[in-house]
Amino acid sequence: MAEKVLMKGNEAIAEAALHAGCRHYFGYPITPQTEIAAYMAKRMPKIGGTFLQAESEIAAINMVYGVASAGYRVMTSSSSPGISLKGEGLSYLAGADLPALVVNVQRGGPGLGGIQPSQSDYFQATRGGGHGDYHMIVLAPASVQEMAELTIKGFELADTYRMTSMILADGTMGQMMEPVALDLEVKPAPAKPWATNGTKLQREHNIVNSLSLVPDELEQLNFARYERYRTVEENVVMYEEYMMEDADICIAAFGIAARVSKNAINEARRQGIKVGMIRPITLWPFPKEVFRRAADHVKTFISVELSMGQMIEDVRLATECRAPVLLCNRVGGMIPSPEQVLETIQNVVKNGGAN
Amino acid sequence: MAVVFQKPHALTDVPMHYCPGCTHGIIHRLVAEVIDELGIEGRTIGIAPVGCSVMAYNYFNCDMIEAAHGRAPAVATGVKRANPDEHIVFTYQGDGDLASIGMAETVHAAARNENITIIFINNAIYGMTGGQMAPTSLPGQVTQTSPYGRDVKACGYPIRVCETLSELDGPEYLARVTVNNVKNVNNAKKAIKKAFQNQIDGKGFSLVEVLSSCPTNWGMTPQKALQWIDEKMIPYYPLGVYKDRSAKEESAQ
Repeated sequence: MAEKVLMKGNEAIAEAALHAGCRHYFGYPITPQTEIAAYMAKRMPKIGGTFLQAESEIAAINMVYGVASAGYRVMTSSSSPGISLKGEGLSYLAGADLPALVVNVQRGGPGLGGIQPSQSDYFQATRGGGHGDYHMIVLAPASVQEMAELTIKGFELADTYRMTSMILADGTMGQMMEPVALDLEVKPAPAKPWATNGTKLQREHNIVNSLSLVPDELEQLNFARYERYRTVEENVVMYEEYMMEDADICIAAFGIAARVSKNAINEARRQGIKVGMIRPITLWPFPKEVFRRAADHVKTFISVELSMGQMIEDVRLATECRAPVLLCNRVGGMIPSPEQVLETIQNVVKNGGAN
Repeated sequence: MAVVFQKPHALTDVPMHYCPGCTHGIIHRLVAEVIDELGIEGRTIGIAPVGCSVMAYNYFNCDMIEAAHGRAPAVATGVKRANPDEHIVFTYQGDGDLASIGMAETVHAAARNENITIIFINNAIYGMTGGQMAPTSLPGQVTQTSPYGRDVKACGYPIRVCETLSELDGPEYLARVTVNNVKNVNNAKKAIKKAFQNQIDGKGFSLVEVLSSCPTNWGMTPQKALQWIDEKMIPYYPLGVYKDRSAKEESAQ
């Protein structure tokens, strides 16, 4: 059994990134993720890496673009308002097919919002966030251990598919402390013959670029990118099923909402209610197939979210509206309690939604 | 037969898209000649901006990156920090890119004394989008978005980039040159070479501002445009070295 250390979620992300071979971090202070920057500021100079506090979120994501162009593992982290500023860079990273890791430890919005946990950047993350047709691989950890594991996975997937991976966490995941094992396996980065790291006069020049002024050429680039996205959808989907074998009611929840929901499910099961949960770990690609199959026996779905109802749309699409999908939510930095989730489950039973 | 004139190796052999009489071609050539003379093409990475020189990535033989509008100094920072001992990094940016939308990235790269080279093309207008007012358009200058002439009461004064940055402790070398006659072209090349040599020597942030012509959007013949640089631009943007820290330190010893 590997030795476990007690760590904050944010610190686990930072340490896992170093473990994954990331030696370049660029960021700008924003609550509730600043521990990542602080950790990197302490560690990077000791191991010959780069920590740089950028002048803005915009500069930070463009520094990421530069390191990614040169072919190195690189990351930035922020929280909701800062991710909006990075939106331009995320679009350019996608347009230039560059691998990078971006962490969003979400807080309540819109605008400056608050500093308490939220999941209200789900649309922004799963639909791209910037302009144009593109996707990021979006990973949703529900424990400090997963903060570490998905960080490593994020780097590997980014390199494999030449995409941005985003860790979509929330303030709770970032701030809470849990034991975490860090002796994780890391796949080495693949060769990057496309990187702009100097021709050494040995090859034609490489160009990292997202401009394409000829419409049918730009169309072909988009088609090719979406062909690659299809392989991601086939190969990368991750989720956890909890007590789903006989479930009449299915909760859909990720991150902290899934942790809360598990408590409610355990209590409901004690009361004899057949309720289970599908916890998407990849929010994009969304685990459509497992929801589609669940709709064969589930009578009612409940989407538990720290938003006004964003993932609920993907649940409805995946289940093709064959069963009602209810929303159980809190927003603005509030977190649904196990009692609130349990009450929602009980109300479904009371109203005949489990029959 | 002896070769007396040829294309620099660091330039690709493709037709450029620049308008007739535009001085981008001259400046591209000067940068390429310097890359050749310093023998650094194999480890140089260039960053193209958004603006008229957006497609500079097609014209230089070294590795090239196309950056988002104004972000070239941040991208250059990433590329340089990725492998500081090996990479020689330059950005090539226009006045809208560097002095308007990218001013924050410019100032902070300078303040950090980031060890990069910036070639800053100041032609006092937005060329690519068809001739709008730039942060460096002169007072009274007529453009598509200042059709009655730049009114400083309504839209402020032009920004003198070299003078502004020279107030910072960070930058190593700041110089303003132009390419409107042979003598000035020779001086411009010297400044560009120094800006690259500084980076090789690890001295830090070096920016060369090149006053450039835009006959198309100024509505002038190429020849008249070169005169306009002498008559209008240089009086507002005097040529010269605005900062040369190493030279100053040497002379102080």
